[in-house]
This record gives sequence, structure tokens and C-alpha cells, in this order.
Amino acid sequence: MPFLEHLSPTQQFLLFSTLKIVAAIFLVLLPMVAYSVLAERKISAFIQDRVGPNRVGPFGIWQPLADGLKSFVKEDFTPDHVRKVYFWLAPALSLIPAFLTVAVIPFGSFLGKQKMVIADLNVGILYTFGIVSLGVYGIVLAGYAANSKYPFLGGIRSSAQMISYEIAMGMSVIPVFMLVGDLNLSQVINYQSGGAWLVFKQPVSFFIFLVAAFAETNRLPFDLPESETELVGGYHTEYSSMKFALFFMAEYANMITSSAMMVTLFFGGWTLPFGGLDQPASTLTGGLLHIGIFLGKIVALMGVFIWVRWMLPRFRYDQLMDLGWRRFIPVALANILATAVVLWLQGAK
Amino acid sequence: MIVKRTELSFWERLYLPAIWGGFKVTARHFVNTVFRRKSVTMQYPEQKWVVPEGYRGAPYLVKDQEDNTKCVSCQLCEFVCPPKAIKITPPGPEGQPADRRNAEKMPKEFEINMLRCIFCGFCQEVCPEEAIFLERDYSLTGLSRGEMIYNKEKLLSLGGTHAGTQKWKHKLEEAKEQEVFPVKD
Repeated sequence: MPFLEHLSPTQQFLLFSTLKIVAAIFLVLLPMVAYSVLAERKISAFIQDRVGPNRVGPFGIWQPLADGLKSFVKEDFTPDHVRKVYFWLAPALSLIPAFLTVAVIPFGSFLGKQKMVIADLNVGILYTFGIVSLGVYGIVLAGYAANSKYPFLGGIRSSAQMISYEIAMGMSVIPVFMLVGDLNLSQVINYQSGGAWLVFKQPVSFFIFLVAAFAETNRLPFDLPESETELVGGYHTEYSSMKFALFFMAEYANMITSSAMMVTLFFGGWTLPFGGLDQPASTLTGGLLHIGIFLGKIVALMGVFIWVRWMLPRFRYDQLMDLGWRRFIPVALANILATAVVLWLQGAK
Repeated sequence: MIVKRTELSFWERLYLPAIWGGFKVTARHFVNTVFRRKSVTMQYPEQKWVVPEGYRGAPYLVKDQEDNTKCVSCQLCEFVCPPKAIKITPPGPEGQPADRRNAEKMPKEFEINMLRCIFCGFCQEVCPEEAIFLERDYSLTGLSRGEMIYNKEKLLSLGGTHAGTQKWKHKLEEAKEQEVFPVKD
């Protein structure tokens, strides 16, 4: 493309970054959010001996579009008793962090000369944890803004839950980085492309990360902030129309980004250990194939997220806290120690 | 009563057997629904529920076997109706005579507001003529409130024919028999 050569490196960087951001958010993440909602409804229906949405198009495949349209045209009701500023701020605050996390995740190897990651930060994982912790503010603010008891309780529960599991989650990935020796997520994938995936080397880490991811995204069996049965709807009780839809989208976007994190950290990212697919692509088809592999792995993990929801009953609040503080944090610490000892013994040889 | 709480074994406290059990149950249902088509869903507007005998659906007026209106405009149903859904306009002294011989009159207009009706069946219970019945319709729809007020013509066409006794026909026959066979003393 000749016109690209007239641009300065900075201009090229800006152009491609914008393209990557737009493509990742609008062509990949948002459609995935919409269709994971449909997948959730379909899978839940099948597990409960039902049919699920099947009216809008064959097998209900246009259902997400109909739902989106419905959200936009519904009345956006603001109750009289809410704190208006926070009430408007909260939905945006819960959705934005979910999108920001995508920035550091390498979703493919190369497409042409462009590296398929929006920002190849050398502190990628720290950035991720920093942003993910922001997600709790949306929920806490929503609970506070609603100015009524059930959303408030939901907000409090969620902040306690997310802070507790943030620690276990952060500690569970430390062994991964002890093995890799780098905080850059592309380096994590490079490490895995040579040898075995980290899920086989660090199964305990993966397990803790997976459970913490369920807690962080407020999914069953840890959906205490919502708790339909005792808290009405939890933090989003007072929300309607598109503001509610934003919370809903944030939940699914969070699931997708944590699936993407797990794929990157434990399942080798865009690599597959055969057919030369573990090396960065040199052709356009190869690059697209890598993106496809990455998305396929995300879809598989999303399936796990969705399936577990219909499999396990919700934890009691004290059990949740007990599990987080008295089980996972010690296990994660022991795992760090064990990894350190093994690495030390290997280094001593 | 004190419920005895048995100590969980280590294996049970691990929670993994419960996860495996949950997976088995959900997977069984999933496979049965997707591959063996055992879903319990009824595709409502296409497939309809078979209404059981004695179901209290919408109240309609019925005709007798000779296609006559059975209602004699006694207005008992109007009086007994708890939500006041029934409104009967009697024919008055100069009104149209009843369809049936021997019956004194029939309603000029008979309206049931299906939005008010609570399907209690009191009208059917109280009717001395077996002229109104709660039938099987349960899905009544309309685009306006006015459309949901069913008039006599509509109620009669929806109600159909009732195969019960023709009370006034038998009264007529009895009367004739009494003339032929006078009461013995």
C-alpha cells in the first residue's frame, strides 16, 4: 500500500492502533457479548429441558439484535430517590474497565507487519489487575447511587467479594511469571509456544485463577451481588433500559476478557502445539488463523463459564469469604513457595 | 428437634465430587434435549394445551338443539356476577318475542365484559335455564377495551349448541299431557 509509506511512523502507529481498537471492540468484543448472551440462554434452556429463544430467525440467531433494539427503545426511567450523578456514572464505569483490559491481550501473532496486540505493555499483567479492580467501582457506585437498601447491600457484597478474590487471583498468577520471567503477556505466549502450556505446569494456579475469575465477574456460584432471591436484583435493581443493558454487557464483557486472560496465561494464547501453529505467522491467512485459534479458545472457556452457572448452587456469604481468605490465599502462597523452591533447585544444578 | 449434622469427609469437603455430580446431571439433560429432542416446551401459538374437562374458561351463551336462544333474560347472572361483568338489556313490553315457544322473553342485548370477568362460574351456577356456560377458551385477546365487551351475537356464536335438556319443550309436553290425562282424585 503506497500511501502508508508517506506516513511517518507515529502516524502509522496511530492509524493502526485506532484500527485495532475499533476492530477489537466493535467487530469482536461487542458481537461476542451479544452472542454469549444468546449462547447462555440457549445452553440454559437445553440444560433445563427447554427450547430457548427460537422465534427471531432460524434457531433465534437474531435474538441479540432484537434484545439490543428493545433496550434502546425502552423507557429509560430514573427513579426520584436516586443520586443522579452517580446513577448515570455507574453503568459506564462498569463497562469501560471491561473494554480497557482488552488493550494488552495479544489476540493473534502478526497480520501483515502489525503485531496483533493493541498495546504491547511490558507490565501487561499489572495493567490488567489495575483495570480489573476498577470494575468494582461501577458496582459499588450503582449500589450507592440507587439510594435504597437492596442495591446497597448488593454493592457492599460485591466490593467485599471482589477485593477478597482480587488477592487470591493476583497471587495465583505470580508462579506463572516466576516461570516466564517477564510481565509482558506476549512473552508469556512465547514461553508457552516452545514447551507445554502453563495450565499443565501450574494447574493449581489455573484452578485458583478460574475460581477467582468466576468471583470477579459475579457469576454463579458467586453471584452474591445480584442474588435475585434475597436482594431483588442486587446493585442494578433500580436500573432500566439501556443503563441496565450496560451492566449486563459489562458482565459478559468481563467474562470474555477474563477468558482471554486465562487463554493467554494458561492455554498458550494464539498458539496450537502442532502444524507449526506455535510460531508467529508470516502470511495473512496464518495471522487470521491465529486470531481464529485465540477466539476459539475464548469460546470454549465461555462455554465453561456458562455451563457452570446452571450446574452449581450459590455459595452462602460466609462460605464465600471463607473460601477466598482461608483456602485460596494460603494455597496460592504455598504454590508460590513450591514454585520458588523448584526453580531454586533447578537453578542450583 | 435437633437435626444431626454429620461431619463431611475430606473428599466431600473438597467440593469436587459435587461439581462432578452437577456436571453429570446437566450434561444428561443437555444431551437429552439437544440430541433426543426431549424438550418439554410447547410451541404455544402453534401447539395448544388440551383443556381438561370442567375447566372454567370464558362464559358464553348457548343455544338449544333447535337453534333457539336459551337465555330468558331473568338477569340472575347479572345480579350474581361478583365483578359486575354482565350487562343485560331486557326486551321490555314491546320487545321481540322469545325464539322458543313457551319461554316468556329473551334478552334484547347481553354483554359480558371479558376484562372484568373473573371466570368464577357463578353465572353458570345460578342460571335456571342452562343458558350460560364457562367454556374452554382461555386466551381472549383484543386491540381495545371496547373489543373485549362481547355482545349477544358474539357470545351466541362462540357458545355453540348445548345438548342439555330442553326445559320449556318438556314443560309444554307436560302441559299437553295433563290436558289429555287429567289429575286423578
